[in-house]
Amino acid sequence: MTIVLNGEKVDIKAASLIDALVELGYQDAKIATALNEEFVPETLRATIVLNDGDRLEILAPMQGG
Amino acid sequence: MSKLFYDTELKNPLMLGTAQYPSPSILADAFKMSGAGVATVSLRRESGADRAGQEFWQLIKDLNVPVLPNTAGCYTVKEAVTTAHMAREVFGTPWIKLEIIGHTDTLQPDVYGLVEGARILSEEGFQVFPYTTEDMVVAERLLEVGCEVLMPWGAPIGSGLGLNNEHGLRMLRAHFPDVPLVVDAGIGLPSQAAHAMELGYDAILLNTAVAKAGDPPLMAKAFADAICAGKAAYDADPMEPRDMAEPSTPVIGKAFL
Repeated sequence: MTIVLNGEKVDIKAASLIDALVELGYQDAKIATALNEEFVPETLRATIVLNDGDRLEILAPMQGG
Repeated sequence: MSKLFYDTELKNPLMLGTAQYPSPSILADAFKMSGAGVATVSLRRESGADRAGQEFWQLIKDLNVPVLPNTAGCYTVKEAVTTAHMAREVFGTPWIKLEIIGHTDTLQPDVYGLVEGARILSEEGFQVFPYTTEDMVVAERLLEVGCEVLMPWGAPIGSGLGLNNEHGLRMLRAHFPDVPLVVDAGIGLPSQAAHAMELGYDAILLNTAVAKAGDPPLMAKAFADAICAGKAAYDADPMEPRDMAEPSTPVIGKAFL
């Protein structure tokens, strides 16, 4: 299926959010996730089923003022 | 005596931003030379193979100071609240520097959204550090919804103009003597930071003035020294200014010549 990851279309095979993160290379990374503009806590990632066209945001620590 | 920021006593009243430095090592040196008590951080998209966020996180952990995540760039309550949730999970802290921007040119806070966002986040257990103006009524509303710290701007973010409304900042200090107050944004020079501390402010949050200096670590040290001097001056209870001169050398005993 095709999802929109951080604003870019990507094709993935995984059906769940937690599997998608592994497929995309984010396992063990210090990240937070939001799906379709809603925060998804780490504890719920395994329960989230992805659908074609979903918008996934993956955020990480960054410089800030 | 230093006020607590929620349940935390800062080891240094300089809250230093982590953005715009020439290199990560210069950022680290700025923290080392200044002894800054808090590091402000943010969240951004993690894409591509370089995984810049992971390296940055390691750098921040090595600084060994409390981190204050921000919601910089958020224009709506929903954006800011969602960002705060994500920041709490990533950084493992209830602290959140709540920025809800209302104007693109001045980066002035949207104080209506700010109060609403602060209410939601406080109810959810966040410890909110609201980036606000010196408006007294807004300050009261923020305290009513659960904020225990206020962070009025000195001047627009990144402007380096200093304290645009000293009178308003004085009034805020006088009206809320027990609330930790931080001047956040607009500071360009150590003398401006010292001035804010002389007014009785409890901490200074700045970034650009250090990061964009020719020698950021040296400037960070200059700010830390100035903030320390300003705090000591306030604690020492400064004299009242007068309009007319008064001789400091005793007149009694002067010779008739």
